[in-house]
Amino acid sequence: MATAIVSPVEREDYLNKEYGIASWLLTTDHKRIALLYLISITFFFFIGGFFALLIRLELLTPAGDLVQADTYNKLFTQHGQVMVFFFLIPSIPAVLGNFLIPLMVGAKDLAFPRINLLSWYLYIIAGIMMLHCMLTGGVDTGWTFYTPFSTAFSNTKVIEAGLAIFVSGFSSILTGLNFVVTIHRMRAPGLTWSRLPLFVWAHYATSIIQILGTPVIAITLVLVVAERALHLGIFDPKLGGDPLLFQHLFWFYSHPAVYIMILPSMGVVTEIIPCFARKRVFGYMFVALSSIAIAVFGFLVWAHHMFVAGISVYAALVFSILSYGVAVPSAVKVFNWTATLYKGSIHYDAPMLYAFGFVGLFTIGGLTGLFLSALGIDMHVHDTYFVIAHFHYIMVGGAVMGYLGGMHFWWPKISGKLYPEGWARLAALIVFIGFNLTFFPQFILGYLGMPRRYYQYPPEYQVLNVLSTAGATVLAVGYLLPMIYFLWSMRYGKPAPDNPWRAAGLEWTVQSPPTTFNFPEQPVVTWEAYNYDEIDKDYKEEAQVVG
Amino acid sequence: MSDSQTVVPTSSHDDVHSPALLHHFATEEQQKDASNLGMWIFLATEVMFFGGLFCAYLIYRRWYFGDFAAASASITVWLGALNTAVLICSSLTVVLAIWAAQTSQRALLLLMLALTMLFGLAFLGIKGIEYKQKFDEHHVPGATFSFDHEEIPSQPGHYANPQHAQIFFALYFIMTGLHALHMIVGLGIFSWLFWMAWKGRFTPEYHTPLEIGGLYWHFVDIVWIYLFPLLYLIDRHS
Amino acid sequence: MHDHAKSPLKTYFAVWGALLLGTFLTYRVAFIDLGVFNPVVALVIATTKALLVALFFMHLINASERLLKLVVASTIFFLLILLTLTLTDYVSRPWTIAS
Repeated sequence: MATAIVSPVEREDYLNKEYGIASWLLTTDHKRIALLYLISITFFFFIGGFFALLIRLELLTPAGDLVQADTYNKLFTQHGQVMVFFFLIPSIPAVLGNFLIPLMVGAKDLAFPRINLLSWYLYIIAGIMMLHCMLTGGVDTGWTFYTPFSTAFSNTKVIEAGLAIFVSGFSSILTGLNFVVTIHRMRAPGLTWSRLPLFVWAHYATSIIQILGTPVIAITLVLVVAERALHLGIFDPKLGGDPLLFQHLFWFYSHPAVYIMILPSMGVVTEIIPCFARKRVFGYMFVALSSIAIAVFGFLVWAHHMFVAGISVYAALVFSILSYGVAVPSAVKVFNWTATLYKGSIHYDAPMLYAFGFVGLFTIGGLTGLFLSALGIDMHVHDTYFVIAHFHYIMVGGAVMGYLGGMHFWWPKISGKLYPEGWARLAALIVFIGFNLTFFPQFILGYLGMPRRYYQYPPEYQVLNVLSTAGATVLAVGYLLPMIYFLWSMRYGKPAPDNPWRAAGLEWTVQSPPTTFNFPEQPVVTWEAYNYDEIDKDYKEEAQVVG
Repeated sequence: MSDSQTVVPTSSHDDVHSPALLHHFATEEQQKDASNLGMWIFLATEVMFFGGLFCAYLIYRRWYFGDFAAASASITVWLGALNTAVLICSSLTVVLAIWAAQTSQRALLLLMLALTMLFGLAFLGIKGIEYKQKFDEHHVPGATFSFDHEEIPSQPGHYANPQHAQIFFALYFIMTGLHALHMIVGLGIFSWLFWMAWKGRFTPEYHTPLEIGGLYWHFVDIVWIYLFPLLYLIDRHS
Repeated sequence: MHDHAKSPLKTYFAVWGALLLGTFLTYRVAFIDLGVFNPVVALVIATTKALLVALFFMHLINASERLLKLVVASTIFFLLILLTLTLTDYVSRPWTIAS
């Protein structure tokens, strides 16, 4: 490996170009904004995790003895709201997407850098509103805000929480808008759609959902706030309103929202797997188009959350069939990842461990989604821990593991430092074990009939709950480790070369960390994506010449 | 892949370009195309934003058609029609303003921008009159709402359910109110465009803010084009 | 990208006239009993007006690539999904809210 021409300490990059708080808070550099997001979402991850900790502590014993019932309602509500709106939805797009997309398409920045900064400020304002809401009484309606409880009966701060999420929605919309325009208008010469990294395709699909779906929940929250404040009757049965209309409007966004949470993670995994298998992605176009298919199909299935809510059986049939359909493009991806691994030269670095974990856990989570799409089964397990296990397998076993894998993979590029590989592999293993111990028992609990959102339960469910809480403790350790060693590496880590993984992609052609404007001159792309066979051939030739 | 070389920041200004070109864009055309696409995508989000309200409207109009018809009959249809014409005229002045910029006619540009804003203010004024009418008739949803003894147009002798009528008025106020809010933002945007035009910032080569401001204004017009028949013309023939 | 070889003014005024005519028609037809077709006619006229504004005032017809038309078409598509799939529930329910 050639050494850097200038020693890293003297080289200018986006981190040392300017110092001072103003240079961060008024930055328009997409890389700095990504770091601002990184700090903010990590903060909210702790908050959401804190609520989870209290939930799991309460559920150690069958009796409701840690907190009161009303408090428990606030715990699971706020855990859900914080994790969904303030952690999962922004996480990969706002951190890794913001950082990498301009680099991956060969641009100096996103299309609208100031709107990017505005997006972060909207997120922060929303976060402050949410924190204030939680500190001054909280909200207990469930993250789903179902009416008429939220509009007419709840005594908690529904309006404030609704408005906070409304503001966070606009942060999400602006991020999506920025990505779509960037990907269409700012690709480097030669970078055709079929040469784009699949991470970019995944974020394109995610952005479509953010753009088209988020406004619907925004207006729905406006209606909830208006109804609660003015007693309008839009969702109140006593005044002629239909509570199910709220659910239709809510889930029209909130179902595609789960694809906002998983698609970027799939994009990360699709970058990691070819790199650590040293192979091109099997079926590039299938993977690219399956991302778009997931985005489109994801808009057609929302009422599968409402099978037992009171919709007509005929509508339920339609949505059930469509829900089976949405699993197909996800399965396509799993097949393609597997085929990419086949006969590859597998390396078990930490990013790859997370990617393996993702593929297995996402498959389980996705398959259990099919269980839930079947009306007969859903009648039985709706609103039980089966559903909770299903979505945590996808959100935590899938999305969060993809996020961690991506953070490890691109950490050298982002920080210019190497994280300690031994600790990272250990942490990945702890996360995997802790995760399964936490959530697998919940499938069984749900199947056996334990309802969700209950703070007390019959004694026969205790053993599984104790296992789940034990797993949560292990998982927490697994999450803390990367936070500690990433911070450690910023001070004490080995300086990273430009391309420690010998990975394909324009982001690896610039220095680690990159300069503010990314590329010394406009790159021109003449190679296909994931050209690992060429990269490894070049490397072998170089090694032969040197050796 | 070899390591990158020492970085040379790209800030060469060899090419002559408009002072409005932002540094992360390669060409002015790229910047214009990006801005244009950005505004169209923003309008897509606005369509979905209003779309949720149209969905609620659709469901309840189907369920409570008679009550909705009675409520709709109580709002002044010619004011709504007049407002539709006002907005249509304002959209014309917007495209004429852009044409004036394209043909370097500064005075005409300023006149058209001013007329657009005047039409916008007229729209809001007429809306204000309508809202006052509803306030006086106690048709504003909430504690003071009353809609007793109003006949359903197609069923003489049958009276509208006040609670269902209140849903109509709730949707009426939220939909037209949200629309009016967008109108006010539009007036703000056009004030800024007027100021830019006054300062001579627009040329035949560069008038992108006018174009994307215009897109926003036309969208607000389109929303009203749908609101008028849906809110004002439910069962007027009975 | 604007193709203004000929004066666009004629087009603009023609569209303006058509829009005003459409408004007048909507208003008048509303007072004639067409039964179930009243809302249909109103929406057809409204959609025609919206298309005129989008194609000519917003220059969608001049757009050099299909991208913008795709943005508009997909937005309308998903809006229609929201409306129609929600309706599948409401039209097949044998009950309404009793209040």
